[in-house]
Amino acid sequence: MAELKVMREEFLPPKPPPRRHLLSIADLTRDDVERLLGTARSFERSLEREMKKLPTLRGRLVLNLFFESSTRTSSSFELAAKRLSADTMSFKASGSSVDKGESLKDTAITLGAYDPDVIVIRHAEIGAPQLVARWTGAHVVNAGDGKHQHPTQALLDLYTLNEEFGRIDGLHVAIVGDVLHSRVARSNIQALTMMGARVTLVGPPSLIPRGIEALGCETTIDIEAIKAADVVYVLRMQRERMLEGANYVPSLREYAARWGVTPERLRPGQKVMHPGPMNRGVEIDPVVADAADALIETQVRAGLVTRMAVLYDLLTHGPVAVQTAAEIHEVA
Amino acid sequence: MAAAHVSTEKVLLDAEAISRTLSRIAHELIEANPELDRLALVGIHTRGVPLAHRLRRLIAERSDEEVELGSLDITFYRDDVQVRGGEAPLHAQPLVRATTLDFPLEGMTCVLVDDVLYTGRTIRAAIEALFDYGRPERVQLACLVDRGHRELPIRPDYVGKNLPTSRGERIQVQLLEVDEVDRVLLVPTPEEEEEPLG
Repeated sequence: MAELKVMREEFLPPKPPPRRHLLSIADLTRDDVERLLGTARSFERSLEREMKKLPTLRGRLVLNLFFESSTRTSSSFELAAKRLSADTMSFKASGSSVDKGESLKDTAITLGAYDPDVIVIRHAEIGAPQLVARWTGAHVVNAGDGKHQHPTQALLDLYTLNEEFGRIDGLHVAIVGDVLHSRVARSNIQALTMMGARVTLVGPPSLIPRGIEALGCETTIDIEAIKAADVVYVLRMQRERMLEGANYVPSLREYAARWGVTPERLRPGQKVMHPGPMNRGVEIDPVVADAADALIETQVRAGLVTRMAVLYDLLTHGPVAVQTAAEIHEVA
Repeated sequence: MAAAHVSTEKVLLDAEAISRTLSRIAHELIEANPELDRLALVGIHTRGVPLAHRLRRLIAERSDEEVELGSLDITFYRDDVQVRGGEAPLHAQPLVRATTLDFPLEGMTCVLVDDVLYTGRTIRAAIEALFDYGRPERVQLACLVDRGHRELPIRPDYVGKNLPTSRGERIQVQLLEVDEVDRVLLVPTPEEEEEPLG
């Protein structure tokens, strides 16, 4: 009879380490975030030069799969890849075989056959990026899945805050509006609390999910509460995600009257952020949107360098390590 | 790390020798570049930067001319960026540091300054990085130690010391500004510990 042997772990061939993806802020540690922000800052400096392109990711392929409309995210991912000398392919659902009924799986497998190094995906369904990560051999970046997560938005917001205030720890951020349908809010609450900021959610009770305090934030329905914050983060009213016939708010006009961010509701000098696209006159007053204290344009610029940092970090495997004294001795 | 090798490491250059070597390189720089206002020293991070500072000071002492000074980080220009395939990095990518080149490179003779010249890959990356900032008239190379084993057609214009080594050994330059001591060590490197670029 054959001898029964239990294979011991160390005799097995080493398993390849898991491919790294960025699917959710929960994938990151505080160290990861600090490293990404540091890398983003060095990319920002490289963009001040006359020659703005870096050769770092030459020959890599970044595939942008956008099943939902996007201006900022898709354009900044595309430019980020190009600034790092990677090739890009952008794919939008409309005008493709998705119109003919091709499934997410078939689309992912078809485009995966080109052997992309990174797939950036936005999809209306929660979990679509996880599925694509399973079906293809690429590193996957979630560029927004339904109302679940939008991690690169949270990273660029952290970058914006850090550049503006020089710190994130101890900042008080009021997130105002449609938290219920907002992936930006979910990613931002996780990211901000992880980095030591205090988060207060403000909005009508119907748009603040019950139990969200479990993420470590406070909630209130009183718009006056935003005055106490260092930064007011205004969310978009996501009418396209609201269920047919559901009355979350009586009307947009009433929402604007009660929760719209207007100059009178802000302290002078208070910073305002918005992930875009804005509904001017609904969640944000045009005067506030165009004021000098609005960091909205800064956020867009931060989006480029932060996404360069994410692509660099995923593809170089080796995170840009924080050097210890011992390591400095080894550099030579 | 250093402590583990105390018994086997060997001091090749002490503070005195380093200082004499740098003096000589400064003289050679002055001699080879009569127009010092068109000379720029560009230190490669980490230890090339303090070396470039010192050379600039030595040149100033001898010629009353403050030459241009810059620093270069080559992280994004490395050719050993690890991608996919599941292989873990041999070593963490180094910390990205600032590149400062505050003067126009056009018409300048840029001297890249590094501590150890080894495979030449760092220098290749540095040249590529430099050219993204402008078009220097000439690029030259100064290094404190040349340990051989070149993998690219690169040779230094100013060499502190030629120290032939085996690949199994490692030259470790320690400088006051970074390591609180001035010396060059020969350290036997364990097999698995591969040296980043060189």
